[in-house]
Amino acid sequence: MKRALPILLLAPLCLSASAQERRSGFENMARDTQAMQTDDTANPGMLWVLEGQSLWHQPAGPAAQSCASCHQNTEVSMRGVAARYPAWDEASAAPIDLAGRIAQCRETRQGAPPLARESQGLLSLSAYVGNQSRGLPIAPPADPRMDAAREQGRALYTARRGQLDLSCAQCHDDNAGRRLAGSTIPQAHPTGYPLYRLEWQTLGSLQRRLRGCMTGVRAEPFAYGASEYVAIEAFLASRAQGMALETPAVRP
Amino acid sequence: MARVLINIPAAARRGEIIPIRTLIQHTMETGYRPGADGEVLPRDIIRRFTCTYDGEEVFSAEFSPAIAANPFLSFTLVTTNSGPVVLRWEGDNGFAQTETREITVA
Repeated sequence: MKRALPILLLAPLCLSASAQERRSGFENMARDTQAMQTDDTANPGMLWVLEGQSLWHQPAGPAAQSCASCHQNTEVSMRGVAARYPAWDEASAAPIDLAGRIAQCRETRQGAPPLARESQGLLSLSAYVGNQSRGLPIAPPADPRMDAAREQGRALYTARRGQLDLSCAQCHDDNAGRRLAGSTIPQAHPTGYPLYRLEWQTLGSLQRRLRGCMTGVRAEPFAYGASEYVAIEAFLASRAQGMALETPAVRP
Repeated sequence: MARVLINIPAAARRGEIIPIRTLIQHTMETGYRPGADGEVLPRDIIRRFTCTYDGEEVFSAEFSPAIAANPFLSFTLVTTNSGPVVLRWEGDNGFAQTETREITVA
């Protein structure tokens, strides 16, 4: 017991986010904003879920197939899917995120016009599919082919960038829970994407959020859909493994 | 048609105060913001919301450019008779949407 004491005293000094208890950004929010997220009739993200539901059942492309034509019984067939992404894509032999998979399925299987990143259609479908996994733990696939992307994501997360010369980790690991101006710095767990951000006044993807952070440190953001973003998404998912999905979340 | 989320109890007792909550998808473009090309985007907002219950107007609201996108409204009404609750949003560029929900009063 005596020997353990000095270690216990030292512990609070060397806490980093990895040692801290993991917290969803939900817990940093004001009670009003939390209530907005948990009440489905007050959560504006549900508007996109409804839109996604209608798109899901709407035939598209030359064969007039809808998403639901193949993925019947969506509540069952799509449950847990969003929790597994990003995952390995056999066709392109590269990691792919959920929005990328939906766009790919639409283009190659339905033969419909492609959906652009951050378009209302793709956000709505992502929100609808994501919503089917609400409450489930984030479960990145054990696929070893994803390891390289996760490592690349970790490197990108810890690399300093931009004119401010800051890495993601400097804020979201080293200073998580402290304040940056008026806001609490979250631990950067991607638990609720695509989410409704009050600042955006609309629904947005994790890539849009990453882009916002990059321009915030005055770095050149990657293009939407870039493999670097998917790598960071894969790393963040492995970092948030086991945390519950909240899609569509609300954030300030 | 804009997507809406409406929360109205389907049944209530006479004289009960019931909450009504609505959320409608709308950009509420203020008319003051420049777009990506630097030109100011024309205003596109909801101007007026009205709620009638059993044919009588029970609540209305004037909207202004300072109101956030996807406006959320919450108000109450006192139940009298069974009847339709008609919600109507009207705005710029001919925006008009009407939603009707029946309340059964016992």
